[in-house]
Amino acid sequence: MNLHEYQAKQVLSKYGIPTLQGRVAESPEQAAEAFRALGTPVCAVKVQTHAGGRGKGAIYEKDLKTLRLQGGVKIAKSADEARDLAAKMLGGTLVTIQTGAKGRVIRKVFVEAGCDIARELYLGCVLDRKIGKPVIMASAEGGVEIEEVAKRNPAAILRQPVDVAHLLRPFQARLLAWGLGLSGDAFKQFCAMAAAIAKMYVERDCSLLEINPLVVTKAGGVIALDCKMGIDDRAVELKKQAEIAEMRDVAEEDPIEHEAHTIGLSYVSMDGNIGCMVNGAGLAMATMDIIQYAGAKPANFLDVGGGANKEQVKKAFKLLLANPGVKAVLINIFGGILRCDVLAQGIVDAVKEIEVKVPIVVRLEGTNVEKGREILAKSGLKLTSAADMADAAQKVKQAAGL
Amino acid sequence: MSIWVNRDTRVVVQGLTGEAGTIHGKGMVEYGTKVVAGVTPGKGGTTWEGKVPVFNSVEHAVRETGANVSIVFVPGAAAADSVMESAAAGIPLVVCITEGISIMDEVRLREFLEETKTRMIGPNCPGLITPGQCKVGIMPGYIHKPGHVGVVSRSGTLTYESVWQLSNAGLGQTTCVGIGGDPVQGTDFIDVLKLFNADPETRAIVMIGEIGGTMEEEAAAYIKANVKKPVVSFICGQTAPPGKRMGHAGAIIQGGKGTAAEKMAALEAAGVHLVKSPADIGRRMKEVLG
Repeated sequence: MNLHEYQAKQVLSKYGIPTLQGRVAESPEQAAEAFRALGTPVCAVKVQTHAGGRGKGAIYEKDLKTLRLQGGVKIAKSADEARDLAAKMLGGTLVTIQTGAKGRVIRKVFVEAGCDIARELYLGCVLDRKIGKPVIMASAEGGVEIEEVAKRNPAAILRQPVDVAHLLRPFQARLLAWGLGLSGDAFKQFCAMAAAIAKMYVERDCSLLEINPLVVTKAGGVIALDCKMGIDDRAVELKKQAEIAEMRDVAEEDPIEHEAHTIGLSYVSMDGNIGCMVNGAGLAMATMDIIQYAGAKPANFLDVGGGANKEQVKKAFKLLLANPGVKAVLINIFGGILRCDVLAQGIVDAVKEIEVKVPIVVRLEGTNVEKGREILAKSGLKLTSAADMADAAQKVKQAAGL
Repeated sequence: MSIWVNRDTRVVVQGLTGEAGTIHGKGMVEYGTKVVAGVTPGKGGTTWEGKVPVFNSVEHAVRETGANVSIVFVPGAAAADSVMESAAAGIPLVVCITEGISIMDEVRLREFLEETKTRMIGPNCPGLITPGQCKVGIMPGYIHKPGHVGVVSRSGTLTYESVWQLSNAGLGQTTCVGIGGDPVQGTDFIDVLKLFNADPETRAIVMIGEIGGTMEEEAAAYIKANVKKPVVSFICGQTAPPGKRMGHAGAIIQGGKGTAAEKMAALEAAGVHLVKSPADIGRRMKEVLG
């Protein structure tokens, strides 16, 4: 799960990481009040959504054509300006390179005090899968996407692995600070911030923690000007992060994906026309691939898991049919632990109960497959049986009229 | 020949008396695996299914039964601790089936294992099987046939699919290893490729990869430099959208990295027989072996 910038900054503060004063606003008037309460001559009004790239994004009306505002981060010099900016942002739809064409509806803005900026740096922590440890990354190119820097100039990114038992050692923080060319107060404060970031990443089960930009002020202080924070979903499920779990903003999540999550199914929405129901993540991805290979487009990823029963199949059907783009459904099951006869009965019961109106192609293989196929054949339902994955993909494409 | 497990393997099941442990414990016994012990803290001194002794600790189970491979069915919150217990008891190979261990616990687990001589397969994996000899995992045993193809995969059911295609094409397997779908793993492709490459019985290798991370690219470099046996490969997730986790915790394209296209290009450049459709794995291997 992801946090909003303002939420991530609340957690940063708990680790002694300096941030600017700010307030969340859900109405234009609240934004004006926030400006007055902060009492600084200049404020930034910042869109709060989980999608990145807001600075270079644009805010549109519902039609996604009429432009309201260019850029999701704006400077206000008076309470009236803050109100006007918030009015343009709230209720608008932000489209950035990360949101896709549909964009994200804006429900909150963060009004933050201004600051003077001498330098902008990057500081982040991610899991390095190759070494199986978190790694702290720092770069002198702040305010730029780190992926962009990695592509253009990988040597500009400084890295230090984090040993979970010892966190970031002081010498490692110094290596980063020297590498960035820091000195004096900024050097010391940066070292403290890098150590705190490593500690927070480990203790809060982060999947991503990024301060970009990290600002060095003219007075030599360091401030986290923007922050992205993602939490490992498993840690949340295991109830290891109760405080952070409470910050979950369901409005930011795809409604079907959220529903799937609450009933324990793994689901991802896509733009295609073939609904997929598969057991196992790898086979589910491979099924999507073969659908595309056959010339159709998958409408979703859906793993019903190894122990799927009638109830789960029913829930899975409801989920994938909630996507209006679905013209046909492909069920691909390799029965191992999950027996084909049990699953076939589940499919028959579910299709009868919820009156599925689109054509269904079923490919069953594995344990008790003969019994399973017999149940499907005798059901009286219009189900098309497929011999293997390639056959299934061809048949579902035809069934969808493509 | 085979890798890691064979008819002499003696298996201890951690979490044997639980629901998953019992179902798959029975499956392993039926396949002919020597399940010599179970471990459930607090249930030491009892027997499972009237025949397998249950112990309070792995250390005790090893002392009494000579178990040399452990399989873990303990839930996510405690599974990492169970693997560490086996490593501390000197078990050389631990297979962790459990899905849902937190990433940071996996990082801590890997740090612990680096100080020991224990190899972990998984977590979040189907286990491994040497057909006709020994199954340490949850895969349907009957789809496998003894033979000369080594199989390694990050997936569960997609591995079954690949094995099924091989068996139907008359191609048996030496050993099939599911290394798991999590971002932090005990065993990677190269670890398995090394052993298949050195195993005189293994004549060819199937490698099933997926989006996320760079393990396939590293494997491609290793294959190019070291592997003389033919490798057939499929990468799933060619249609996966970026930034979304596709079921497996490790199956995610992040910051434009970890795409199927990059992995496929690397494997093709390494001389691997790459199939674009998952339905062609068995057929292509048949062609390659003539």
